[in-house]
Amino acid sequence: MHRYRFVLLRPLQFLPVLFGISVITFVLVRLIPGDPARMLLGTRATASALERIRAQYGLDESIWVQYLYFLKNLFAGEMGKSIVFKTDVLKLIGTRIEPTLVLVIGSVALAILIAVPMATIAARNRGRIPDQVVRVVSTLGLGTPPFWLALMLMIVFSVKLDLLPVSGYGRTLPEKAAHMVLPCLTIALSLSAVLTRSLRASLIAQITSDQATAARARGLSEGTVFWRHVMPNAIVPTLNLLAVNVGWLIGGTVIVESVFAIPGMGQLLIRGIFSRDYMVVQGVAMCFAVATVLVNFLADILTVAADPRVKL
Amino acid sequence: MTDPVLSVQGLSVETRDGVRLVDDLSFDLAPGEILGLVGESGSGKTVACRALMRLLPEPALRIADGRVALMGQDLVTLSEARMRGIRGRQLGMIFQNPTAHLDPVMRIGDQIAEAVRLHEGASRTDARARAVEALRQVGIPDPEARAGSYAHEFSGGMRQRAMIAIALACNPKVLIADEPTTALDVTVQAQILRLLMDLRDRQGVSIILITHDLGVVAQTCDSIAVLYAGRLCERGPKRGVLGAPAHRYTAGLIRCQPTSAGGEGMLDTIEGQPPAVSAMPKGCRFHPRCGAVIAVCNTHQPEQTARGPGHIAACHNPVADAAMTVSV
Repeated sequence: MHRYRFVLLRPLQFLPVLFGISVITFVLVRLIPGDPARMLLGTRATASALERIRAQYGLDESIWVQYLYFLKNLFAGEMGKSIVFKTDVLKLIGTRIEPTLVLVIGSVALAILIAVPMATIAARNRGRIPDQVVRVVSTLGLGTPPFWLALMLMIVFSVKLDLLPVSGYGRTLPEKAAHMVLPCLTIALSLSAVLTRSLRASLIAQITSDQATAARARGLSEGTVFWRHVMPNAIVPTLNLLAVNVGWLIGGTVIVESVFAIPGMGQLLIRGIFSRDYMVVQGVAMCFAVATVLVNFLADILTVAADPRVKL
Repeated sequence: MTDPVLSVQGLSVETRDGVRLVDDLSFDLAPGEILGLVGESGSGKTVACRALMRLLPEPALRIADGRVALMGQDLVTLSEARMRGIRGRQLGMIFQNPTAHLDPVMRIGDQIAEAVRLHEGASRTDARARAVEALRQVGIPDPEARAGSYAHEFSGGMRQRAMIAIALACNPKVLIADEPTTALDVTVQAQILRLLMDLRDRQGVSIILITHDLGVVAQTCDSIAVLYAGRLCERGPKRGVLGAPAHRYTAGLIRCQPTSAGGEGMLDTIEGQPPAVSAMPKGCRFHPRCGAVIAVCNTHQPEQTARGPGHIAACHNPVADAAMTVSV
């Protein structure tokens, strides 16, 4: 079990990482030109009104003091108060996290459901027509920008066929599920293209590998060799590719949430940026960063579980 | 003489372009016999054995002709499904590079049990017990614990032992060993060869030992078949072939063996390279490199002629009897 010792030790490394992320998000947010108080009150606000707002949110302090407040709040499990929404940022994120979480998990699951069969069909029919079809489909998936794909899916499935809602999120579970189909599909189609290519290449390398030949020499059928010896060996590189892409995908939800008007964290982030709502931007950025770190941690655990040779 | 377990008659393997990588190969394997299949790299020994297992990379390579009779049953015409029932059960195979031929992410014991469960329908528990037993047979210490190990936790020699355990788990009649010691260091080589001979003595398995090392052949084999450029040059009992080689190529190979005792100066070599598969010479395929060419060598393929009991050679101008002797 010593191979899993890192599960206990790794979180210690998260502390410096998160500290670094907190510095970067804090500084970058304040580098955006513009003033939160003026954004809130408009161009005709009086100087004293502006001062009052700045004092209220601690923006009149030096940047060092502001950062220390930010850290102090973080340790207390708070992220400050939103200037625009006038509520606790953490509470705000709490109300917005569900759609984003569903979007990320749903699109990853959908991408895997698409990529595994596609790569399997391509690898087992290498060079033949099914392989060519998969190649064309995945190239299209790679080359299509998600925002355009989102609009096309909307036109086909919502406007023309009237099967699914155009945008928004809904209240009941079936409503929410219906609203999330197209956003998840948008992300999954791009992501599955990347995964399909990687998995196809690994599968082909493993199908022609010596260990697969040895398995055939034991009398195993091609199907058994594939699922028992080829797939388990081919999955690890794709798993790591997926982990890298989830980081990028969390950022990608911002675009998809905007296009589909999903009240998630991506939308919150954009509103925060436009209104220079420092606390909101910091808070959402911290959440995204923590999520990315955790996803990579999870991928490391899965890699160790899938490949007994790996030591971390 | 007892009936052979395996009888190969006129086996030929062709590429898609019709080039014959193995041409008209014939030999018999008696129960408990160890046959050394000898030749340089590219002589077709590995292709020939893949053909026996029907594991050629089709459609690039295919069996063009011949019969492979395993206890009277022709494997060449067998359906793929029935051939799967032969592989691992009647015919076991071990490979040159055990590291690459073991599944790195499956426990060794499970890889052994896999064949037992498939061929004998054994239960999970029974198959596990058989796997432990197989590991014990090949001399792996503490087999109960080692069955749960992965290949990377084994040394090179242990990995080859594990390969042998996988191949022999279902007590096959014939074991094909494709250069089983080439990737191992010398002391481990000797252990693995001794293990193969032990297994032959204990289980009566017949072994085809593919090698380019005549020293290995001299130590382990009962009989020898020498391949050159896909064709059989000479075949017979070890004593006959090594003691009184008839084919010029066999004689050359024997001269090239470095000896540890009394050898001085330059090592002997056979001049030139084996021919490319796309440009096979006419007549005897060895004639461009042969030191004793006569006119007919350039034009006609030599017939196989008897040289002694069970000893045949295909050479127009064979080495005169007793021209050379080698300690066997």
